[in-house]
Amino acid sequence: MTVIELSSVSRWYGNVVAVNDITMSIGPGVTGLLGPNGAGKSTILHMIAGFLAPSKGTLTVHDVPTWQNTEIYRILGLVPERDSVYAFLTGEQFVRATARLHKLPDEDAATRRALEMTDMEAAKDRRISTYSKGMRQRIKVAAALVHDPQILLLDEPFNGMDPRQRLHMMDLLAKLGAEGRVILFSSHILEEVEKLSGTIQVMVAGRLAASGDFRAIRRLMTSRPHVFNVRSSDDRRLAAALVGRPYTAAVELTGSGGLQVRTSDFGAFCAQIATITRDNGIALRELLPTDESLESVFGYLISSQGS
Amino acid sequence: MFNPTVASLTVRATLGRRRAFLFAIPAVVLIVLTLAVRATHPAGTSWAAQVLGDFGFSVLLPLTALILGTGVLGAEIDDGSAIHLLATPVSRSSIVVTKAAVAAVLTMLFAAVPELIAGLLAPNTGKLAVALFVGALVGSVIYNAVFVLASVVTTRAIAVGLLYVLIWESLLANFVGGARILSIAHYSLGIANAIYPDKDLNAGLGLSTSLVLGLVVTIGALVLASRRLSAFAITGEPA
Repeated sequence: MTVIELSSVSRWYGNVVAVNDITMSIGPGVTGLLGPNGAGKSTILHMIAGFLAPSKGTLTVHDVPTWQNTEIYRILGLVPERDSVYAFLTGEQFVRATARLHKLPDEDAATRRALEMTDMEAAKDRRISTYSKGMRQRIKVAAALVHDPQILLLDEPFNGMDPRQRLHMMDLLAKLGAEGRVILFSSHILEEVEKLSGTIQVMVAGRLAASGDFRAIRRLMTSRPHVFNVRSSDDRRLAAALVGRPYTAAVELTGSGGLQVRTSDFGAFCAQIATITRDNGIALRELLPTDESLESVFGYLISSQGS
Repeated sequence: MFNPTVASLTVRATLGRRRAFLFAIPAVVLIVLTLAVRATHPAGTSWAAQVLGDFGFSVLLPLTALILGTGVLGAEIDDGSAIHLLATPVSRSSIVVTKAAVAAVLTMLFAAVPELIAGLLAPNTGKLAVALFVGALVGSVIYNAVFVLASVVTTRAIAVGLLYVLIWESLLANFVGGARILSIAHYSLGIANAIYPDKDLNAGLGLSTSLVLGLVVTIGALVLASRRLSAFAITGEPA
């Protein structure tokens, strides 16, 4: 079942093309929109939410265009990336005000339910200005959920969250998706979405680069080649131990002391490096993934998908 | 049309902002000025119409309306919190009308009422004070409709508004008669002058002209602002 339909959608700002000829359909369940910063994810979300007109192509929700259609907000909730909320309100006042703006018949029940779903009951009487980043994110989700929308759009919902908050948010999104809602979120960090299942759409430079199942992408992610800089109490012994492993593609002793390890399987290397050093009585001093641009990671994913 | 939830959010946001005290400054200046002139001028000289008409209508009223009118919706658009309001089915015209109404009422409190107080402080001005008060009430409504429109159309609404108030209204409208046709200060003066005719007010427009033009400008501004807000777009890709 398709709820959100984009067909040949492009959006440009002056000479800059933000979104380039994207066609996709999104149905119930959790969908992740992944890609590096500037790939056009926010532009897509804003267009779906009716806050931006496509320059070309058609974009519909239930076959109706969303641009200049305020009725869409009866079934759609948006969690914007920007942190600006009415910070002078308490969490509960903010959610309740949103319920009133939607003219909900039972604003008490709706407010309670939204606060409960996002686990914000304990902090509901505090002003939003006193909230942590993660709590602000959750109160925005609560407000976006107050009218029980079929569609929930979230722009970088995991930004600035600590791992516990992130897990909680993922659980919430998974639950909402399992209820048959259409959950579409954007993220520029692949690792963030490891725990989620569903489909993902990978965007690079305004284009839809890959789409598919989370698990397939995740497998590619964990088995991608990667370079680490390692410092230990005995670099040569560690190098010898690593060479014996199937996932080690190359080990080099660097001039400045330390090792550069090239691995063909990011996941396995990360899982075993601690055990290897301990078993060999080596102290691990430093383990640094070399800087790699997000583009290259996404680029790798795309090329492996294609092959 | 009027949305109480939008109104209460707007009032709290406006009065809670750090620059809230700013729009009380012109009012304080007017009252202090009135007291100063009263203390230095012998009884019997007539200066009230000039002070209250000039300063009151070309500084106090437009500046207070400018800060409030461009802020009620413009501040939320600037900081991005408007999206929480706009992502609801509340009609755009209802948002615009409510915001303009809140700004108008606050302008009445911070400009029209001080104008009345100053008018009553000046000697022998009972009727003039009331006339100026009524003119300022009407002016509050027109100014704010226009300034809300400005805040939806441009991110530099305050600059545009200042240019209008300082160049068009204070300069051109006083030297070029035709410019008064598009001067909100002159609509307000026209109404005040009709209630209590006083040549020192320098009213350039008659009552019916002032009323008709004021109505046209107000409704036109509100309609345009609603249209503009219906096409509200989040532009640019946040990094």
